[in-house]
Amino acid sequence: MSAENTNAKLIYMANQIATFFQSQPANEAAQGVATHINKYWEPRMRRKLFEHIDRGGEGLNPLVLEAASKIRRPEAA
Amino acid sequence: MSLIHEIDYGTPASTSEKLVTLTIDGREITVPEGTSIMRAAMEAGVEVPKLCASDMMEAFGSCRLCLVEIEGRAGMPASCTTPVAPGISVSTQTQRLKDVRRGVMELYISDHPLDCLTCAANGDCELQDMAGAVGLRDVRYGYDGANHVAARNNGDININWAPKDESNPYFTFDPAKCIVCSRCVRACEEVQGTFALTISGRGFDSRVSAGMSEDFVSSECVSCGACVQACPTATLTEKSVIEIGQPEHSVVTTCAYCGVGCSFKAEMRGEELVRMVPWKDGQANRGHSCVKGRFAYGYSTHRDRILNPMIREKITDPWREVTWEEAFAHVASEFRRIQYQYGRDSVGGITSSRCTNEETYLVQKLVRAGFGNNNVDTCARVCHSPTGYGLNQTFGTSAGTQNFDSVEHTDVAVIIGANPTDGHPVFASRLKKRLRQGAKLIVIDPRRIDLVRSAHVEAAYHLPIKPGTNVAILMAMAHVIVTEGLANEAFIRERCDWSEFEDWAAFVSEPYHSPEATEAYTGVPAELVRGAARLYATGGNGAIYYGLGVTEHSQGSTTVMAIANLAMATGNIGRPGVGVNPLRGQNNVQGSCDMGSFPHELPGYRHISDDATRETFEKLWGVTLNNEPGLRIPNMLDAAVDGTFKGLYIQGEDILQSDPDTKHVAAGLGAMECVVVQDLFLNETANYAHVFLPGSTFLEKDGTFTNAERRINRVRRVMRPKNGYADWEVTQELAQAMGLDWNYSHPSEIMDEIAATTPTFALVSYDYLDEMGSVQWPCNEKAPLGSPIMHVDGFVRGKGKFIRTEYVATDERTGPRFPLLLTTGRILSHYNVGAQTRRTENVVWHPEDRLEIHPHDAEQRGIRDGDWVKLASRSGDTTLRALITDRVAPGVVYTTFHHPTTQANVITTDFSDWATNCPEYKVTAVQVSPSNGPSDWQRDYHEQARQSRRIAGKLEAAE
Repeated sequence: MSAENTNAKLIYMANQIATFFQSQPANEAAQGVATHINKYWEPRMRRKLFEHIDRGGEGLNPLVLEAASKIRRPEAA
Repeated sequence: MSLIHEIDYGTPASTSEKLVTLTIDGREITVPEGTSIMRAAMEAGVEVPKLCASDMMEAFGSCRLCLVEIEGRAGMPASCTTPVAPGISVSTQTQRLKDVRRGVMELYISDHPLDCLTCAANGDCELQDMAGAVGLRDVRYGYDGANHVAARNNGDININWAPKDESNPYFTFDPAKCIVCSRCVRACEEVQGTFALTISGRGFDSRVSAGMSEDFVSSECVSCGACVQACPTATLTEKSVIEIGQPEHSVVTTCAYCGVGCSFKAEMRGEELVRMVPWKDGQANRGHSCVKGRFAYGYSTHRDRILNPMIREKITDPWREVTWEEAFAHVASEFRRIQYQYGRDSVGGITSSRCTNEETYLVQKLVRAGFGNNNVDTCARVCHSPTGYGLNQTFGTSAGTQNFDSVEHTDVAVIIGANPTDGHPVFASRLKKRLRQGAKLIVIDPRRIDLVRSAHVEAAYHLPIKPGTNVAILMAMAHVIVTEGLANEAFIRERCDWSEFEDWAAFVSEPYHSPEATEAYTGVPAELVRGAARLYATGGNGAIYYGLGVTEHSQGSTTVMAIANLAMATGNIGRPGVGVNPLRGQNNVQGSCDMGSFPHELPGYRHISDDATRETFEKLWGVTLNNEPGLRIPNMLDAAVDGTFKGLYIQGEDILQSDPDTKHVAAGLGAMECVVVQDLFLNETANYAHVFLPGSTFLEKDGTFTNAERRINRVRRVMRPKNGYADWEVTQELAQAMGLDWNYSHPSEIMDEIAATTPTFALVSYDYLDEMGSVQWPCNEKAPLGSPIMHVDGFVRGKGKFIRTEYVATDERTGPRFPLLLTTGRILSHYNVGAQTRRTENVVWHPEDRLEIHPHDAEQRGIRDGDWVKLASRSGDTTLRALITDRVAPGVVYTTFHHPTTQANVITTDFSDWATNCPEYKVTAVQVSPSNGPSDWQRDYHEQARQSRRIAGKLEAAE
């Protein structure tokens, strides 16, 4: 497995989280995604997520993009 | 130290609250109504002679030794079958009773061999004790007549004699010594619930028979040993007792196999373990056990155990034995080098759910305080992490709500994705006992597990769902409960957030959640779902028990929340007989989670970002803790592949065999520069290790395990560690080598530190555990005796939270290339990856993993029973032998994962639970085809494993 694949996996994981929160009441969904990622994702995972979002966030569920402003951005490595 | 002798009261205790006072031999005694005279006498300190009675089972009244006389009543009733009555006066010893008892005893002995001196039961024989108790001095009948004792009578073959049955690897059955008291038969029925034994024939021809006059190992016998424990003579005897002799001292300790956490007396002779006998005061098991706990301890002295630390530079090198000092210094310098070179976050640790709480606590402390990051995780990641997440969200704490005793009050049991008769056998026995008393059972499982229909047990409903549709079926049940008005509104209004309930109720009422609508993909007829939902909601106390068939899915956490929703909606929380009960896989998986093994939380489930919690530990440990969550096991492997994670300390876990997508695990481990494995054996993960630190067994150390009911049980050392150190000492020495100032002299000091820092453990100490036997956390000022049942007066989080749980199909789907769904499970005789049980005689029952396949699917592929087949998925392929059975539905195949040669996880994918990354073991799309033998991968793997197990200067290991 290459680093590219681990990137794809990260996108997949973020989308899985978004899929769960999509079914929650609309006003809680984006915050739900952000809180979940803040609580359980190690900084380098969040950093990779932001790198991807900064590149346009292709393949990410719109709810992840909406949640991005609420996700803690780790300092650059 | 001496042998612990437990009092046998002869008959079970009565639960009546009404008291009765009577006189026995002039002593007044008050006991609950329904108590037998035998039991009342024992409580008054008078031991009535008995042979067929035991307080593990109901009175039987066959031996005629326990007769008593009651003033004003005629005859001599058996004290075991006669209940107490107010004001009666009982005599246990009169001339008439003495004469009758001696006569009875004389008849018993007239058909029993007199080889007492060389008999294995010598020193532990109730028959001998009773002969002594009744003063038997002479047997007038001789041995020339008809008997079961001698192989030959006057030179002729004695047709009444039968040879010893030695087929079971752990015990023998010698019919010549049997007195036909039926204790073994009743233990098999009443305690174990297997009904494998019976009495065949009648009168003088009566004899104990396994199955239909089969030998023990070929019969339905599950080798739990309850019969051996019950036998008053040497008829059923542990082979270890025959070989070694009677034990001289015993120590109470806790089984290291599954999450039931049975208490045992380890009966010893010096440092040699003679046998394990379940302890009646053990509150999880109440004197019962399974084949693993009682018999499968031989691995602890197996020749494969590695006893010296070893190092190698590259994983292709042979191992080199070194001193402990060298090993510790090497690991410390390697981890420091890696951190200097790749950054503080480039190393981590994995705690073990098989080790003690104290050991687990130390590993996470080493990672957080020593490595300075939070990269610590545990094998719960791959089993019950969704339980932690789901129950924490809904109830406010991540643990099961009940104790095991609770099942005695259950009216409707729901088993979802669990197979208790194999995975949690002692709990299964307790459940079956309740089912025989009339409780109803609902099974939700793709496979027809034994509980669906077995001796004197039949499920009211079996919902054979398609793997991966748990949420859909639970939503359908919720739909029925809400739309048919079966929800418990009073409970919900009082205990839960009403507006969240309304939101949830509206959501589940949507027609697309109805059983009729979901039938298309769950595969379960709507009427069955409706019936099951009505039964659970209206049948009295409803208790849900679930296992890894719930958690190990892409929607594992969602399913746990759906279960919690159902329990809240029906008011089945907060009292005996109800609840949400995760059946934990490993002995200490609850404890390892409690001890802060997850990368995002400190001991007691407190998030690492919580300043107050961090401060508690920072003060005590004298360090600054990182406030960011660390990497979980799958994230560590991904980071390793990315090149940012280089060093891993693994205590007692075999991730290469137990984690999904073996090739990815191997790639991750292969990319690391220092992998340290601490284990009993050179496990599969050790193939990728640079340092091996020998581990110790549960018999060799002090500590505690916490079982599935949150019960903290003591583990007590009965022998010195063969490798020189208990596992906690190894971690401590490693920490010292890394410059940490740790000076624990006993695990009790570690528990004191846990209690001082973790509110739910505040009152726990070794002294308190010795006094109480065991306690269930929370155990603190508010609950000084511990908490058998949680959420009694309200939920831990305040109001119970209903959460919408939408069904989302997994992305692992069948198609033309992979048309079948594979699901996995375990079998009674083996445990997890089998590293322990494969090194015992348990292999007699399960020498290899088999692939269960429906006759229809087999026929289509030209597969016959026992054929070698290739099992292939998108991830990889392996081969194993087929077992054709209609236990699995068409379209579904099933296997166990106990043998490394099969490596079922080569097949499983890296899909995982959305919330916790718990892998989706239970659904993999596969194809099955006939095969000639091992796959290329299996051959390569075997060769690589053989190479990597070489130890310089030693002959190759056998495996």
